[in-house]
Amino acid sequence: MRLNKTATAAVAALMLVPLAACSSSGATKGSDKANTGATLTYWASNQGTSLANDKQVLTPELAKFTKQTGIKVELEVVPWSDLLNRVLAATTSGKGPDVVNIGNTWSSSVQATGAFLPFDDATLNAIGGKSRFLAGSMSATGVAGQPPAAVPIYSMAYGLYYNKKQFKDAGISSPPKTWDEFLVDAKKLTTPKHWALSLEAGSKTENIHSAFTLSQQQGGSWFDASGKATFNTPANVAAIKQYIDFMQTDKIVNPSDAQYSNGTEALKDFATGTTSMVFWQAAQASLKELGMNPDDIGVAPVPVPATLAAGGKPVTSMVAGINLGIFKNTKNKDAAIAFVKFMTSTPEQQMLNKTYGSLPSVTDAYSDPAFQAPNVLVIKDVLSKSAAPLPQVPGESQFEKLVGAAMTSLFADAATGKTVTSAQIAAALAAAQQQVTD
Amino acid sequence: MVDAVKAKVSIGRASVVSNPKVPSGRAPVNPVRRRKRRRQWLPYVLLAPAIVMELLIHIIPMLIGVMMSFFKMTQLYLGNWRQAPFAHLDNYRLAMDFNQPAGKALLHSFVVTIAFTVLVLAFSWSLGLLAAVLTQRPFRGRGIVRTLLLVPFALPIFASVITWNFMAQRDTGVINHVLVNQLHLTQGNPFWLIGGNSFVTLTLVVVWRTWPFAFLMMSAGMQSISDDVYEAAVLDGAGILTQLRRVTLPLLAPVNRVLVLVLFLWTFNDFTTPYTLFGDTTPAQADLISIHIYQNSFGTWNFGTGSAMSVLLLLFLMVVTGIYLFFVNRRTDNA
Repeated sequence: MRLNKTATAAVAALMLVPLAACSSSGATKGSDKANTGATLTYWASNQGTSLANDKQVLTPELAKFTKQTGIKVELEVVPWSDLLNRVLAATTSGKGPDVVNIGNTWSSSVQATGAFLPFDDATLNAIGGKSRFLAGSMSATGVAGQPPAAVPIYSMAYGLYYNKKQFKDAGISSPPKTWDEFLVDAKKLTTPKHWALSLEAGSKTENIHSAFTLSQQQGGSWFDASGKATFNTPANVAAIKQYIDFMQTDKIVNPSDAQYSNGTEALKDFATGTTSMVFWQAAQASLKELGMNPDDIGVAPVPVPATLAAGGKPVTSMVAGINLGIFKNTKNKDAAIAFVKFMTSTPEQQMLNKTYGSLPSVTDAYSDPAFQAPNVLVIKDVLSKSAAPLPQVPGESQFEKLVGAAMTSLFADAATGKTVTSAQIAAALAAAQQQVTD
Repeated sequence: MVDAVKAKVSIGRASVVSNPKVPSGRAPVNPVRRRKRRRQWLPYVLLAPAIVMELLIHIIPMLIGVMMSFFKMTQLYLGNWRQAPFAHLDNYRLAMDFNQPAGKALLHSFVVTIAFTVLVLAFSWSLGLLAAVLTQRPFRGRGIVRTLLLVPFALPIFASVITWNFMAQRDTGVINHVLVNQLHLTQGNPFWLIGGNSFVTLTLVVVWRTWPFAFLMMSAGMQSISDDVYEAAVLDGAGILTQLRRVTLPLLAPVNRVLVLVLFLWTFNDFTTPYTLFGDTTPAQADLISIHIYQNSFGTWNFGTGSAMSVLLLLFLMVVTGIYLFFVNRRTDNA
């Protein structure tokens, strides 16, 4: 019977495997550096090509800050897949970093938790005043009428990236301005071996960003003024239909794109010339990184309808970007504010945004010639003229999850040969809307 | 952690020793009473650290989860969760109202999970049994064959599942390359990670990962079946199938009892495999319940509803486990 005993012991040991996995997550440490006074913990988001790359970029800058102020900064770069969960955990436990990067679309949701230090007028004045920042980026920092939950540090906007060489070969002289022109060009570019457009159609985030922009053009909105969800409206249905039809009816997108979900694959297809166009935010640096010839990279605003529907706005992008927030229960509030001031100072904004390929959030930083390059100017123009913030309501994160999931599943239907009708989209949106809790 | 492991192992051993089927060799001799009483505290002291760890790691978090399910634990109360309002049974009502989208989705996910679990269990157990029987008799290279069969189970889960993800890609994956380009079995490339096929892919990958464990357990169990029994069976004219049915399976019953239960619980609760295989967007056709609950808690920041769903899941698993053990134990008592 000895073997039987061993087997039982093996079962017992194996049953503990998930247990061991649990305990390792419990070991994640927050900052407990209460007494040293002048040491900040900073969670940075992943802006560079890798976490190590971010660390490399930020460490010398943080050293500058320490030299100027005597305040030490402990840096941790958190991958995007973990960041929101880490922020939530820090919010719940009350133990977390002093300063943290967040995606600007989360601003209102994290603001509602009350865990972030509001940037009231006094705090804003301490970092140089509200007027220093781009108005567009400032509109994505929390619910309107309340002090911002965080301030913008990296700004971005969507553009239509196109392959200049492939456009020229197809006899197209300039990028499309309207959706009609876009479809004409796209059909010219599509051949049995080549697709005109790539979409990250399995990614909830990318899908709702597009749904937002297209719905704005149709005169739709996802929340009403009181913050109640209004998903199932004809304008929103039309917006999603238009987007899915790129694959389903217009056949300018490879159905395989429906399984692109990690936020890099559509861009890779464009960079390697597999497709001629992609909608992306501030992609210049990444495209060079992926080996695309810089001379081939063209960028234009995302097209708009030739004639706008009633209430439609000529919006071509969401206001994208990263905000910097301070946890309310930091023990080093003044040091944290000094750090935010440093990160939003003109030299740091120039240096960091140049490295990451994003745009500065403060107006004076644009004096740097790097931000006067033609492709950068296009994105800058979009950001200042035709970008709108995603709904700044506490329920925004639910919109991303519910509508994003509905869209990826509709895309999967379209890709696998089922027909997606307006009625089905409306039903999916109605179901999503019913799941919103307040 | 180490204490907990030791305790589990020792509990496991103890249960084997107390198993009535195990011949203990000699009848229990009545020891000196007084000495026994003096020693009675010792086992409890030895167990104490394990019990404390068990409380801290398992029981208390579980109770907190149950508590959370009765509160309106949304993003508004994350920072000051002590102020979260009592929700009565609202979270449960939301999860159990099968006419509303949230309840309907939960029910759908539950049905998918049941189908998935039954299929994985059936295939893993059958494959495990087949392989265990085939490698029961010694032959040249048996050790190597056994080791090779165990590889899927021994590989780190993320590494192996992400490889499956690459293989299942529509345009670049090796599965379609073989099926379509080499064997010309289908017209056009099928999808394996979205749509209806995603369920097939998930089941396949989990069976691939799970059956070596069934094989391992049954092989270990078969080691303890004496050759004499088979010899006797052969003398009585039993063929291979009869041997399997009348000798191997009955003698494996104690192993199988544990094995099936463990496989059921693992498969039903599997999170890592679907999450690694499909990423953040699980297709509806392969929406396993653990993923569904995760998305409902972390996707919408509504931890009250997520907890309520978890509690329902816990109750279901407890009921199933209870019924299973009741029937299995009754059958052995009758035997």
